[in-house]
Amino acid sequence: MAFDRELDLGTKPTLAATMVSLTIDGEAVEVPAGTSLMRAAALLGTSVPKLCATDSLDAFGSCRLCLVEIEGRGGYPASCTTPVAAGMVVRTQTEKLKSLRRGVMELYISDHPLDCLTCPANGDCELQDMAGAVGLREVRYGYEGANHLVAQKDVSNPYFDFDPTKCIVCSRCVRACDETQGTLALTVDGRGFASRIAASQDEGFFNSECVSCGACVQACPTSALQEKKVVEIGTPERAIVTTCAYCGVGCTFRAELRGEELVRMVPWKEGKANRGHSCVKGRFAWGYAQHQERVVEPMLRASVDEPWRVVSWDEAISHTAAEFRRIQGKYGVRSVGGITSSRCTNEETFLVQKLVRQGFGNNNVDTCARVCHSPTGYGLKTTFGTSAGTQDFDSVEAADVMVVIGANPTDGHPVFASRMKRRLRAGARLIVIDPRRIDLVRTPHIQAEHHLALRPGTNVAVLTAMAHVIVTEGLVDHAFVRERCEADTFEDWARFVAEPARSPEATEPLTQVPAETVRAAARLYATGGNAAFYYGLGVTEHSQGSSTVMAIANLAMATGNIGREGVGVNPLRGQNNVQGSCDMGSFPHELSGYRHISETATRELFEAAWGVTLDPEPGLRIPNMLDAATDGVFKALFIQGEDILQSDPNTHHVAAGLAAMECVVVQDLFLNETANYAHVFLPGSTFLEKDGTFTNAERRIQRVRKVMEPKNGYGDWEIVQLVANALGLGWSYHHPSEIMDEIARLTPTFAKVSFEALDRLGSMQWPATDKAPEGTPVMHIDGFVRGKGHFVVTDYVPTDEKTGPRYPLLLTTGRILSQYNVGAQTRRTANEIWHEEDRLEIHPQDAEDRGVADGDWVSLRSRAGETTLRALVTDRVAPGVVYTTFHHPDTQANVITTDYSDWATNCPEYKVTAVQVAPSNGPSDWQKRYAEQARRSRRIAAAAE
Amino acid sequence: MMSNLEKLAYMADQIARNFATLGEAAGAKATADHIAKYWDPRMKQQGLAMLDGEGPPLTPAAAAALRQLRDAKAA
Repeated sequence: MAFDRELDLGTKPTLAATMVSLTIDGEAVEVPAGTSLMRAAALLGTSVPKLCATDSLDAFGSCRLCLVEIEGRGGYPASCTTPVAAGMVVRTQTEKLKSLRRGVMELYISDHPLDCLTCPANGDCELQDMAGAVGLREVRYGYEGANHLVAQKDVSNPYFDFDPTKCIVCSRCVRACDETQGTLALTVDGRGFASRIAASQDEGFFNSECVSCGACVQACPTSALQEKKVVEIGTPERAIVTTCAYCGVGCTFRAELRGEELVRMVPWKEGKANRGHSCVKGRFAWGYAQHQERVVEPMLRASVDEPWRVVSWDEAISHTAAEFRRIQGKYGVRSVGGITSSRCTNEETFLVQKLVRQGFGNNNVDTCARVCHSPTGYGLKTTFGTSAGTQDFDSVEAADVMVVIGANPTDGHPVFASRMKRRLRAGARLIVIDPRRIDLVRTPHIQAEHHLALRPGTNVAVLTAMAHVIVTEGLVDHAFVRERCEADTFEDWARFVAEPARSPEATEPLTQVPAETVRAAARLYATGGNAAFYYGLGVTEHSQGSSTVMAIANLAMATGNIGREGVGVNPLRGQNNVQGSCDMGSFPHELSGYRHISETATRELFEAAWGVTLDPEPGLRIPNMLDAATDGVFKALFIQGEDILQSDPNTHHVAAGLAAMECVVVQDLFLNETANYAHVFLPGSTFLEKDGTFTNAERRIQRVRKVMEPKNGYGDWEIVQLVANALGLGWSYHHPSEIMDEIARLTPTFAKVSFEALDRLGSMQWPATDKAPEGTPVMHIDGFVRGKGHFVVTDYVPTDEKTGPRYPLLLTTGRILSQYNVGAQTRRTANEIWHEEDRLEIHPQDAEDRGVADGDWVSLRSRAGETTLRALVTDRVAPGVVYTTFHHPDTQANVITTDYSDWATNCPEYKVTAVQVAPSNGPSDWQKRYAEQARRSRRIAAAAE
Repeated sequence: MMSNLEKLAYMADQIARNFATLGEAAGAKATADHIAKYWDPRMKQQGLAMLDGEGPPLTPAAAAALRQLRDAKAA
């Protein structure tokens, strides 16, 4: 794609169905009622000069450049704030208008540095364009008067500068922060000539509440807010639309380049997941692709005690194949397995599970979703019949009530959080169920109506108590249940939840949520209009993760909040392609499209396509693989794009499992923590370096497009193909589109998906079938995928991870806005300055009891292990609860977490660990030993002369 | 911490506890079906071996489910 700016129609579209006809500059035009004159003109191809208007923001009418004349009306109204009217006759270019606009521009330019040739925005500046558009030839006021030309530049943000000398105070940045991001960090400080943009209380961008989403930079019409990369490199000259590789929102971006050098990532306005918005990670934190620690050559070693040896691709691939065959020959077919990556594309994930099933001859394949959303798959498949969220993101616009449970969207899914906040500011009501006071509980212009600060581990008890209220107070939508759900399972469920033991009053001692709050929340959910659940890992990562998902599904069915816009059950997926990796058959018990491996007809379909007999027995899940390894029967593991040593629970056990294997292959960008135990390192490619697709949390399949050649020489799909062919599988894919064609042939829900269709439509939400060839935004509209909705009795079974005198506190873990997962990417960007280390949040009372002050080193000890980190004393957590992130390997928060897991899926119970906290002098002996081991393990032997 | 076999026995019991509201017979069947559907062959084998006293003791609910699994395999 050649570089062209995205079309800006000046003001937002309206959704009115009524059309209005008018004439602009002699041309007839018909537009929806409520459309601005500016937009109507733009739709005709006429660009009315403008500075303060842009079609991502509400019209403001301050710059006075977009004036027009309307027959029969006096004055010169601003076209951005004047709506069309039937029969209106408008002129956008007259002598008077030209004179007025020049006058306005003269005023702007009289206080603007005339350094266009050396300005970073030269050629990409709306002020410059407007000077040309209005024919500005002189500035009668001169440049000597009072001005802002000596104002100091704010360079405190690592990604963009604010140069007030170039600011025209159009307020686009302030409005973008308000309307698009919803942080309200910026303001116009002062009045009249003294007006200037200030971040928070004029604290500079870095120290302010700014979350570096980039919306202000994108909105700025001049170089006042400018990406540092543009300052450093220059303006881009080409752009390719691709999909972000961070969280499950799946924002699409224009990767803007000069030659092969990436200049910036700009959120794509047409993107249906992000609607032109971004967060600090996707917008700015892509520098890891060029980081000096990136490994781009394959490496081998016979033992993990040896330094790595750089080898050719041929040697690395043939060694890998030979080792897997040797080990299977010695220990049996089921002694090896693979892990697919939620960071890689659908096509790459599909190939890894195919490699395991076709090449290794077993079903020992699993994926990172094991440790995050596997309960979502189990729970929603059981109740609704399909393992995915029910809505698209646009659905939030129609929600009247949102229940956010076990999710922290402003940190984990920030772009979608901005949309939630916009809807909440417009009047939707909010219930938060979370042990922590997440930002959404109280943020500018938003306050949760109910915050159920439950004791970690009691989700099922709280949700069942809500069900008790709904059933016993007559709030069930019986018409919906009668028509859409199984009568017998509903009756069983209703009888169960109605028992006095499930009431909010009876469960309050367990949950620590006041009964009246539970009752009020239940009533609001059931009667507040369109009510939607949004949930994250605080639901799934429990010993009853699957039960909690089913409890949510029960509530949605009982209240009829399913099958239309504004409602539903919405899992917020953690990684960019968690949904896709699950869809692609990455679980050991099912093939692509969630079909169980024991189904003969499904197996035969794949057997015919792949020319092998498939094992009808389920394979090992990741934790089972590690157990089998320590038992001495699982000996080799192919890991694509996952760092199980850092991300999986009970680090000591993971390390023991890896150490017991004879061949561990790590395919990644960096020598991650798992690679400390690897024998083969296959360098991976970034999302910028390959073609493919990702599927986001709303089942939206989107294209990933190669914007530069892979630094390691191959896309990840090509590397897997090399391994497959070294095993004699004879694969011959020339492009990932051919892999998607195979997926579509073998997977009914993907039947209509192809790269051609995706390029044509922009994106598709599965199922994409003959019935819905362009995809399905909202599921279960006329009926559930499984037929009738299935209610499941979800009895509260307390976790066996108990607090007691030795471990009196409960640890729960999560993530932060600036870092992502194990931090492999974000720690290698400037995002590090916002979160240099994991800290332990502890309530002031618990801190005082232990003599811990803010910033002190503390030891954090559980039955599984011990680490040390510094304390952050805050009442964001309740007494008895502590919280930390897991972004830094120096801390290794998962040394603390245990083997307890979800009963149905083995998803680890990260969110509940009994711990003790005590003052400490610094890193533990284990941390010191681990740091030394990691250093030794990352040695690379010097190349032979 | 639990040994691998203890963990497996624990898992069987944990599944059974989550199906307990179905009643004894239906709960045992649901647990057996779940194990059949999600455990790999070696794990199933180890579970069945526990019925014969190889490994840690099973809770009654877990044992009932594994007996069902053994009977279903034999059928």
